Amino acid sequence: MGGPLDRRMILAEVKPAARPLSPHLQIYRWSWTMAMSIAHRVTGTGLYLGTVLIAAWLVAAASGPAAYDAAQAVAGSIIGLLVLFLYSFALLHHMVGGLRHFIWDMGHGFDPQTRTNLAKYSVFVSGGLTLLVWIAALALR
Amino acid sequence: MAEFNLPQNSRLVEGKAWPKPAGAKNVAEFKIYRWNPDDTANPRTDTYYVDRNDCGPMVLDALIWIKNKVDPTLTFRRSCREGICGSCAMNMDGKNGLACTTGIDECGSKGKVAIYPLPHMPVIKDLVPDLTRFYAQHASIEPWLKTTTPAPEKEWRQAKDDREKLDGLYECILCACCSTSCPSYWWNGDRYLGPAALLQAYRWLIDSRDEATGERLDDLEDPFRLYRCHTIMNCANACPKGLNPAKAIAEVKKMMVARQV
Repeated sequence: MGGPLDRRMILAEVKPAARPLSPHLQIYRWSWTMAMSIAHRVTGTGLYLGTVLIAAWLVAAASGPAAYDAAQAVAGSIIGLLVLFLYSFALLHHMVGGLRHFIWDMGHGFDPQTRTNLAKYSVFVSGGLTLLVWIAALALR
Repeated sequence: MAEFNLPQNSRLVEGKAWPKPAGAKNVAEFKIYRWNPDDTANPRTDTYYVDRNDCGPMVLDALIWIKNKVDPTLTFRRSCREGICGSCAMNMDGKNGLACTTGIDECGSKGKVAIYPLPHMPVIKDLVPDLTRFYAQHASIEPWLKTTTPAPEKEWRQAKDDREKLDGLYECILCACCSTSCPSYWWNGDRYLGPAALLQAYRWLIDSRDEATGERLDDLEDPFRLYRCHTIMNCANACPKGLNPAKAIAEVKKMMVARQV
């Protein structure tokens, strides 16, 4: 009758032999839930990078009119707009993904159809929201 | 840190193609993972051709057909051939399942049936993975009734609706389809308990007769043992018994929060 400590020792004693590792990512068929899980990671990482750009823009705005104009020119260029578009998609995708995880963490939406739909629709919803944001932004410009 | 590539000794090479059955009109192509511990060669994928008119409908039927008629060295586990022993768990057409309950016709997404051992496991031979750690993880959650009150003269009584809470949990056959389908288990299987062990942990946590709920939760309260579940849901998609480990893990997480407030 071992306590938690003894049981951890059982786990520690299990040493892998010199055997090949069976293929995993290379052969597993993608599912919507799997794809959206990794997309949540990727967009989350993208938000870290995007936040650096926002900080750079704020620094430029605080530094004076010349720096601000330069930052605006970069942001308004084709590449700048593309980065902003991807950043806004990452933000909205991550937000929608967060809501999906919130639903699951409350213990709902686990049946096969619902869990797949939640993952699938988070692409369409976040994509649609991104387009709406850009239509609104371009219309107000 | 996750290691996405296979180690050098595990990279696959193209194996041999075995002869087609003579005179067969209805032939299915199988691509099967092979590794022999008795030589130093890397794992390979061999191609086999099965006469569907001479073979049963399930993937296990085809494997037995190949072993009997083509290549007796092909190695795999099997026993009950009716989905209750869990021995023939493997990866077929990119998805984990039991070879005995998976139809050959269900596996045709690439025109041939690709068969690998359960993913991200040490291979003993061909389709036989080493499940030692998987079993140790199951043992570590202490899957038995724990009580402090004196034992009753007869059985521990349980109300009907309390018994019903165990439905969808007790049916687990420990085939390891779920745990080995889980990317989180692939990257952190040494510290994350995985869906199978956690489903069983929940099975004892909500057993109305068990009196060790607090210490069971203490044991799971760990960034890795429980919280490496990121609701990827491959476990629930893979389970050949239709169980839902992802939901069970979510319920355990809820119990963790509930006891804090």
